[in-house]
Amino acid sequence: MAHAYTPGLLVRERAVIRKRRMLPIRGQVLVRTGDRVRAQQIVARAELPGNVQLVNIAHHLGIEPADVPAKLKVQVGERIQRGQPLAENVGLFGLFRSVVSSPCDGEVEAVSAVTGQLILREPNIPLELTAYLSGEVVDVIEDEGVELAAVGTIVQGILGVGGEKFGRLAVVVKSPTEELRPEDVPADAKGLILVGGQRASLSAYRVAAERGAVGVVVGSFDDADLSQILGYDLGIAITGGEDIPTTLILTEGFGRLAMAERTFALLKKLEGREASINGATQIRAGVIRPEIIVSSDEAVGELRQETITETRVGSLVRIIREPHFGTLARIKALPSEPVVIESGATVRVMVVELPDGREHILPRANVELIEL
Amino acid sequence: MARGEAPTTVEAPFDDVTVGVANAVRELEEVTGRRLLDEAGKLIRPATDQEGVDVYVSTSSAGGGLQMLVMGVVRSMTAESAQRAALGAGAIVMDTICSNDRRLPYQQIQRIRQLRPDMILLAGGIDGGTVSHVAKLAELVRAARPTARLGMGYRLPLVYAGNRLAVPVVREILNGLVDIHEVENVRPVLEIENLGPARDAIHELFMEHVMAQAPGYDKLKTMTDAPIMPTPGAVGKLVEIVARERGISVLGVDIGGATTDVFSVFRGKFNRTVSANLGMSYSVGNVLTSAGYSNVARWGWVDLPEQEIRNRVKNKIIRPTTIPQLLEDLVIEQALAREALRLSLQQHKEFATTLKGVQMRRTVADAFAQTSSGQTLVNMMELDLIIGSGGVLSHAPLREQAALMMIDAFEPLGVTQLAVDSIFMMPHLGVLGELAPEAAMEVFWRDCLVPLGAVVAPAGRMKPGRVLLEARIEGAGEAPQHVVLRGGELLRVELPEGAEAKLVIEPARGMDVGAGRGRRLERRVWGGKVGIVFDGRGRPIQFASDFKQRREQLLAWARAIGALREG
Repeated sequence: MAHAYTPGLLVRERAVIRKRRMLPIRGQVLVRTGDRVRAQQIVARAELPGNVQLVNIAHHLGIEPADVPAKLKVQVGERIQRGQPLAENVGLFGLFRSVVSSPCDGEVEAVSAVTGQLILREPNIPLELTAYLSGEVVDVIEDEGVELAAVGTIVQGILGVGGEKFGRLAVVVKSPTEELRPEDVPADAKGLILVGGQRASLSAYRVAAERGAVGVVVGSFDDADLSQILGYDLGIAITGGEDIPTTLILTEGFGRLAMAERTFALLKKLEGREASINGATQIRAGVIRPEIIVSSDEAVGELRQETITETRVGSLVRIIREPHFGTLARIKALPSEPVVIESGATVRVMVVELPDGREHILPRANVELIEL
Repeated sequence: MARGEAPTTVEAPFDDVTVGVANAVRELEEVTGRRLLDEAGKLIRPATDQEGVDVYVSTSSAGGGLQMLVMGVVRSMTAESAQRAALGAGAIVMDTICSNDRRLPYQQIQRIRQLRPDMILLAGGIDGGTVSHVAKLAELVRAARPTARLGMGYRLPLVYAGNRLAVPVVREILNGLVDIHEVENVRPVLEIENLGPARDAIHELFMEHVMAQAPGYDKLKTMTDAPIMPTPGAVGKLVEIVARERGISVLGVDIGGATTDVFSVFRGKFNRTVSANLGMSYSVGNVLTSAGYSNVARWGWVDLPEQEIRNRVKNKIIRPTTIPQLLEDLVIEQALAREALRLSLQQHKEFATTLKGVQMRRTVADAFAQTSSGQTLVNMMELDLIIGSGGVLSHAPLREQAALMMIDAFEPLGVTQLAVDSIFMMPHLGVLGELAPEAAMEVFWRDCLVPLGAVVAPAGRMKPGRVLLEARIEGAGEAPQHVVLRGGELLRVELPEGAEAKLVIEPARGMDVGAGRGRRLERRVWGGKVGIVFDGRGRPIQFASDFKQRREQLLAWARAIGALREG
């Protein structure tokens, strides 16, 4: 076996991007196959069952659960309003009347003579699903969602926080090695996705958020700063649900790592274009990476794409662990015999040439492939 | 003994797990030179002298394993028994909902709705007891209308293992909403825990429902000679068999990328816990957070700023497949492993207890000893064998490092044997143990385990430099060897794999190695890659507070045991 399997992050200028947009429960799909949709357009709608309230009638009226059905003033299936009497117990001679009122608007779902409880369901919560990606509807999954496709640019990051956002790309530093400082943030950043270089400081991110930026894309970030934004320490890389106004996407990792030149150049080229971004990351089986997508008007048609999954002699790789973390290198040899490395482990390695011409031996697991 | 492996083919473009199985078997054919598959890619059975196999067994952790929601009435009683049954079956318990978990009903309902488990285990009440408590739990399920994680179209299986009297009520409440399977109560009376039926039902449903969602599973089912088991469930079976066959107490630990499983058998009682967010790659950031930086840093002798170490740890969670190249990275990784193991054992100790809420007949002696229900079963002094498994232990560059990690993290007391699982064969042997226990045991002791040796650690107050024990070792060389262990020291005596030695230990006054304070102990131990380690560092292990002194201390310990590659 003369190759290693090392998929890298996707950084493609012209790619076919497909997205499945699914409702969490069955609902109504509002578009048809072949329709062209914009990113912020609503493509499907559903009604989430409302919250449930349990009202312990037996407890409130001081009666046996078995006696509850006889004391009810409402029926299963009946619509009710907040404050409406649900059950009533009248004492001797009509005295000592006690009433249980509804804590919410909704519907009576069930009653139990075993527990003496009434289950009330609040009104359904409407849920609208946007397209997220500007493109073409290529498939409709009846009552459940749609599949969209577009030709466009996709840049995957390594980690993000914050969910789906839509805005205009603004590259605010000159080079991928430059840090994004608070003074680089435009006075009016409303609706912008700011692209920095090497890293952003916590204060720069905060200024961006204050000035209305919907996204910040940088090479790296400090772990301690991220904890400040989240209010907790990130223990596992499963994100996307954070309630923050400005989605943050890192293209390289933690520390001080310059953004890959190719990524920076591509984003620079797209300056001023509308982009869809999502910080959601899931590093587990079924990996999800954060992404920046800019759709074009080109029809999806027959554009075919191959994913390179093999590293060969001559391939370009990025080193993704110390030493030389973040450096691009070219593979010179893939020896088949395992080698003892500095840590003492015996592993399969590759020999690469660093940008300054020096040779470096490293574990095959510690590189990712760069597509050209 | 041979091993073949291949990446899973459960996902596109193959969508068939059996393709991966055939690939792995093909690799086995290459390694062994024996033909195992026929032209059609099917296993050749029965075996002949030249080709084929006698038995084929399989375990599965497809789709992230079996994820369950557990419900019971009282947290420390029926809910805990139900949790034990689910964990014992090899499940990941996503949450345990009970009447006294301090959440309001609407919060519990929201939680059930969010979770999307593979299966629910509902317990509660003793047989013949009150019905209404467990009925309330059923009502929570009804209100939440939970959906299964896999497959929109199928009904969520629910195992009911609570009060028998409540069966009709639970059926009525949940009718048409979930797929109910009744089994015997996990807690028929307070004094008895009956986990077997619930565990078996979970296994059966795992196969029927959860695994049935995995592409190619139907084919795989026809190939196996024993039911397919969730991988951790199979490891548990094996640990149980080992403890039973040898009449010993066993602690097994499997430290993975995302989770750490701990299995134990003490006094014949089996327990399993999963520390869901303590692992070495995906969740290593959580190890740092849970343990605290200073607890991790105390094991590291590399001089790097805290922020740099934090960033490196977080870079591992986003690039989980990378491996440490630099020695300093290995030191950080092994420091994190110690803390992940320590915390997992701590959680296990809290869970593996005698039954809670049980009225015990107490004698005057018990009253003095302050014994009560709900005490941990995990007694490190009673422990005979620790088995470590998982990449960071099984593939540590030096076996001595694996031994030191386990001693540091678990802090065994008395005399304890140490071993690692060489090629993660324990799950398969667990299933084989169901069919051919003798064969499974033979392979386990001969090929699966890599014996590291034994550790001797006295309990009692340790003072640096003070003699803690003296020991005579017969069989570790030509002549008997004599060892004097002082406070703060770590010593190693070589005893090769396959060799056995007799230890005669004379602890100092106030020190205990298993026979009581100051009492002499005789014990036979087996050797291994490390031999016999005498640990006089105290319990808990005492560290120097100054970084430079601690660094010297750590390096001295590592050198004493041979865990440092010199030069």
